[in-house]
Amino acid sequence: MTVNIEEKVREIIVEQLDVEAEKVVREASFSEDLGADSLDTVELLMAFESDFNLEISDEEAAKINTVGDVIDHIEKLKA
Amino acid sequence: MRRIVITGLGALSPLGLTVDETWKSAIAGKSGITKVTKFDVSNYSVQIAGEVKGFDPLDHFPKKELKKMDTFIQYAIVTAREAMKDAGLKVTDELAPKVGVNIGSGIGGLPAIEEYANVLKEKGPRFISPFFIPMSISNMAAGLISIEFGLKNYNASSVAACSSSAYAIGDAFKRIQQGEADVMLTGGTEAAICGLGIGGFAAMKALSMRNDDPAKASRPFDVDRDGFVLSEGSAVLVLEELSLAKARGAKIYAEIVGYGSSSDAFHITTPNTDGPSLALANALASANLQPKDVDYINAHGTSTPLGDKNEIASIKKAFQEDAKNVSISSTKSMTGHLLGATGALETLFVIKAIQDGIIPPTINVENQDPACDLDVTPNVAVKKDVNVGVSNSFGFGGTNVSLVVKKYTA
Repeated sequence: MTVNIEEKVREIIVEQLDVEAEKVVREASFSEDLGADSLDTVELLMAFESDFNLEISDEEAAKINTVGDVIDHIEKLKA
Repeated sequence: MRRIVITGLGALSPLGLTVDETWKSAIAGKSGITKVTKFDVSNYSVQIAGEVKGFDPLDHFPKKELKKMDTFIQYAIVTAREAMKDAGLKVTDELAPKVGVNIGSGIGGLPAIEEYANVLKEKGPRFISPFFIPMSISNMAAGLISIEFGLKNYNASSVAACSSSAYAIGDAFKRIQQGEADVMLTGGTEAAICGLGIGGFAAMKALSMRNDDPAKASRPFDVDRDGFVLSEGSAVLVLEELSLAKARGAKIYAEIVGYGSSSDAFHITTPNTDGPSLALANALASANLQPKDVDYINAHGTSTPLGDKNEIASIKKAFQEDAKNVSISSTKSMTGHLLGATGALETLFVIKAIQDGIIPPTINVENQDPACDLDVTPNVAVKKDVNVGVSNSFGFGGTNVSLVVKKYTA
């Protein structure tokens, strides 16, 4: 199950940000490494919410900077 | 007085994906009107439109960027690229503060507005994309063109219904004339063929219902005309101060010499003759020209029963006895009505008519309305030396613009 979340998160990022899959590593920052501006990031979080059927609060969203942050957060919510 | 010349052209229309394709179709008298393919029109009273054909946005933009632009923005950027390439203009750091952009749009991103109104209703406010506003606001075509080419002088969109892009060109012309800018990318864009667009204009009984014969639906000045055909596309001109164009050895298409506007101050949608004739008179006065100097008028001529008759009456009023000598045509007979982009596309047709010495026809004039009894260049293009041409544009709200273009002579 854990592996599936991670894979799905990566797929969504590749699709939404139109980046190469090998760039989407846990340490990658959305703004610094994956070329996302503030609006891209909002839309990306909406895609996670929609595809995983969950809600990410604004406070939690503010703490998310990297691919790893998202994976950890979704795994926690889905645990 | 500073002189302003046209040094670059771009167009995307139901007649073609470039200026050349569009112009060749226009002088060949081809119709760009077909059945609507963009969405299911089976329960609409109007099922025809002038769609841009064969345009794949992925040929022009990365997928990620496309999410940020409704179709009207895509059309404008592609058209601006064609115009800039044609002009061969390099926007250096030194020039950038003197180069601006005004791309008019009558409606902006109506398809996006329709889509997100549905998202709001069906899923709720949390599901509205953060790109919804930037993809749909009317000035974002100008905004993105400014970003792409690094234009730092001016960045706005004239909005005045179907006169939008005529105002954009007129205001760009004035801006250069007054020394505020040296170069302006200007024109218009529209892409509102969607349920709200067709449904909205159909509700006004403004659209042709000739669903069984799309190519014959837009028929300005013909007795059997029954409304306009909703259409889409974009046209962009590069306007440049003459000494700058000469200094860099630019190709000069023609010169813009006059711009006049007026308001009917009468009714939201019903025209009168005073407004359009005043815009024509104002435009000629600003160019120091007389009616007898005008060789060609590209009419607004939308193919509505009242509008065409009214326009002919207003030309007679402004031109008096010279009205019978001027060649007139409505290229909307082929393109349909591009709303906010129409003034720019038709100014482009005037420029090409001057360049090539050919007046594009009004097609589908099978039985010319006696109330439209001037030379409307019926059905076949006419070879004629065009020294001065005028483009008329009128819009809901009673807003009128005439632009005057003249053959360039040193």
